[in-house]
Amino acid sequence: MKDQNKVTFSRRSFIRTSALASGGLLIGFNFLTACEETAKPPVDISKLNFNEFNAFIEIADNGYVTIYSPNPEIGQGVKTSMPMIIAEELDVPWEHVSVKQGDLDTKNFQRQVAGGSQSIRFGWDALRQTGATAKQMLINAAAAKWAVDASTCKAADGIITNANGDTLGYGDVVNEAAGLEVPEDVSLKSPQDYKIIGKDAINVDMEKIITGQPLFGLDYTSEGMFYVSVARPPAFGQKISSFDATATKAVNGVSEVVQFGDKIAVLASSTWAAMKGKKVLQIEWTSDGNLENTSDHNDELNKILDRKNLDVRREDGNVEKAFAEADKIIERTYESPFLPHNCMEPMNFYANITEEKVHLVGPIQTPAGTARRIANLINRNEEDIHLEMTRMGGGFGRRLYGDFALEAAEISNLTKKPVKVVFSREDDMAAGIYRPAIKYRIKASLKDGKVTAYHLKEAAINSNMYGLIPHFFPAGAIENYKVESGNYRSNITTGAWRAPYTNFLAFAEQSFFDELANELNVDAVQLRLDLLSNVEDGKDPNIQYSAKRMIDTIKLAAEKGKWGKTNANTYQGFAAYYSHNTHVAEVVDITLNNGQPKIEKVTVAVDCGIVVNPTGAKNQIEGGVIDGIGHAMYGDFSFEEGKPNDVNFNTYRLIRMRETPIVETHFVENELSPTGLGEPGLPPAGGALANAIRNATGQILTKQPFIKELNTRKTDLTI
Amino acid sequence: MSSFNLKVNGNKVSVTADDDTPLLWVLRDELNLVGTKYGCGIGQCGACTVHVDGVAMRSCSIPASRLTDSDITTIEGLASDKLSPVQEAWKELDVPQCGYCQAGQIMTATSFLKQNPSPDNEEIRSAMHGNLCRCASYNRIEKAVALAAKKMS
Repeated sequence: MKDQNKVTFSRRSFIRTSALASGGLLIGFNFLTACEETAKPPVDISKLNFNEFNAFIEIADNGYVTIYSPNPEIGQGVKTSMPMIIAEELDVPWEHVSVKQGDLDTKNFQRQVAGGSQSIRFGWDALRQTGATAKQMLINAAAAKWAVDASTCKAADGIITNANGDTLGYGDVVNEAAGLEVPEDVSLKSPQDYKIIGKDAINVDMEKIITGQPLFGLDYTSEGMFYVSVARPPAFGQKISSFDATATKAVNGVSEVVQFGDKIAVLASSTWAAMKGKKVLQIEWTSDGNLENTSDHNDELNKILDRKNLDVRREDGNVEKAFAEADKIIERTYESPFLPHNCMEPMNFYANITEEKVHLVGPIQTPAGTARRIANLINRNEEDIHLEMTRMGGGFGRRLYGDFALEAAEISNLTKKPVKVVFSREDDMAAGIYRPAIKYRIKASLKDGKVTAYHLKEAAINSNMYGLIPHFFPAGAIENYKVESGNYRSNITTGAWRAPYTNFLAFAEQSFFDELANELNVDAVQLRLDLLSNVEDGKDPNIQYSAKRMIDTIKLAAEKGKWGKTNANTYQGFAAYYSHNTHVAEVVDITLNNGQPKIEKVTVAVDCGIVVNPTGAKNQIEGGVIDGIGHAMYGDFSFEEGKPNDVNFNTYRLIRMRETPIVETHFVENELSPTGLGEPGLPPAGGALANAIRNATGQILTKQPFIKELNTRKTDLTI
Repeated sequence: MSSFNLKVNGNKVSVTADDDTPLLWVLRDELNLVGTKYGCGIGQCGACTVHVDGVAMRSCSIPASRLTDSDITTIEGLASDKLSPVQEAWKELDVPQCGYCQAGQIMTATSFLKQNPSPDNEEIRSAMHGNLCRCASYNRIEKAVALAAKKMS
């Protein structure tokens, strides 16, 4: 755990200033270098030029501030919260700040990434340092003007005051400040003095969103641009054998049909013409590998779970010995399907590749890696690439993968035209990079009223749990502990999906703990507190969760959610989970309506350190919890002969308004460094719901989606 | 291709498009009114909701050529010199996350509140059930519709 006032890097390594031609001060900072935990000066500062900077603060001579937010915005709120941190330390009224999305810099696109709920966690120190440094420069400039010692001056709300009570606005000294040295010793505010951090700030793009102004990738156009619809193999494991585009070329507005690899691009003057043209393409597909079925995957994953030796990811004590000596052994297998991301804005990207430049525009979580891959693909220098990031209509992991941007680049490169590739919903669902199907088998032993061993096996499609996940709770809490994993290689593309692995692992484990509590005849919350009391914080460097913070979070959720104190018709379920450096506990309240669960309310306690923007933070938790419940209840995606069974929302079910609980969020108050919120609300939701259903009906849910096991009536959409 | 006139946000505009072109793509690609969003193309998600003669309709599922006698309102036409009460409520409660579906949500809510100016929570939930929000900002949408009703009364 990092103390929030301890900062280790040198400001000179990442901040530089210059005067604006129009009057005013430009402060450039290397957000990426600054975010490294032990940042070193990358090169001689005197040799740095502004191409090496990727985030900027502009202070105009009227004192108004423009902050170019460096990280991509996918709806997680960083375009609002990151500038808030800068503005706090710069000490300007939030009303005087406007925020713009920074472009990807061609020379310095190493880590401009949205993903893993890490933007705020890594940005916290750097953003505060930058704001505080800028403020000190303005104070120094004012002090020089007054010919007084800078230490006798103060700044607040955009105004500098000296010991005599004279004042100067930030705008009055920007030109002088631009010529000054970057100060090394600046002090950061104490959290008690925060005026912006911790106060609600509405989404900086609010006006544009609610009045329908262009913001998203799909909204981007350029003069002479062609809309492109791409035909891709309908099944994983297929390739093109031959095609006939006669009917396509007869469609009004279609101008060109080109094959690239095993795909065909239809260029047209409108999206509709491109989509129509694609529909009438005559394509012969041939199989080029396995055409896989969900039933085969089931068998393969079961075989992995039955294997004696998998890849051991963590091992404490001796689980086999504990099982041999147990009073009782409990074992359960949990199953989840593939899941598509289903961002509301389908994948799309603009590319205009000419001999002079490579212009790319669109929604992407990984601008850096994507630009590099495109440079390689079309054999161009990275310096030629100018990538503009648009606001993203959802990400959930899907926009980490640049496949759609590479398609746009390849098509523009082939046709020498500016193009925008637009996925239809069917394309988006059928050409996905899915959350892989996963199974967990958990086995635990009980002896003398205690959990003595815990053995978890993971069988997944294509890849396994990563990083420190094998060391998440209950690692450290149970003496004999083992996590193993194995995978089956499929040609179905899989990748990160909001809270990768933990989105389902948390359900499996949190459901299993309730079974253990039941066997031990202990309250479900108490069992978790008992297990956590076995953990000594800081003892094992691989264990990142804090038992103390988790205990406080659990207690807050139990208190606010009135755990065990509801009326007779309400049934409750509990789950607590640490992921993405944030501790979360949830109490789900349900009632029964003709024997079917109605999810009424979810009370959530969160420890994410300092809450930068409470309204945005609560929005993330509300969304994450409902997303977790929605996919646990309804998310189902299967394959036959390599082809997905659902490609649009008429058969693929997402949670809708009438099915949503009210989510009530409470934050654990502390002054620790902030951590992310885009993902951690989701993992505990499914487990808490399953536990509530079990408490209500006795039914133990082990497979997602629950709707199949609950055997409820089909969805009744009211359109 | 045929040419026809539409009345969009009070303005008469001339359009050249195939007769089967959905209003959605005429708005977006021909008239550059991109606030109306594409989400599914089959009337299931509500992202493309506009008003046709004051009634919420899925613009992905109606050919524009059939609307020559109608008044069409899109999200861009909702605010006059100031935001509408529904937009105000959305802003006050900081509803959007990614924001992509919100134009459709606002159009559905606006039309619903015209028919039912003082709805209870169950009526709001039913009215908004057809609009998907993948970020699941549903709690705030529900509250914002109630707040807008209050503002309008």
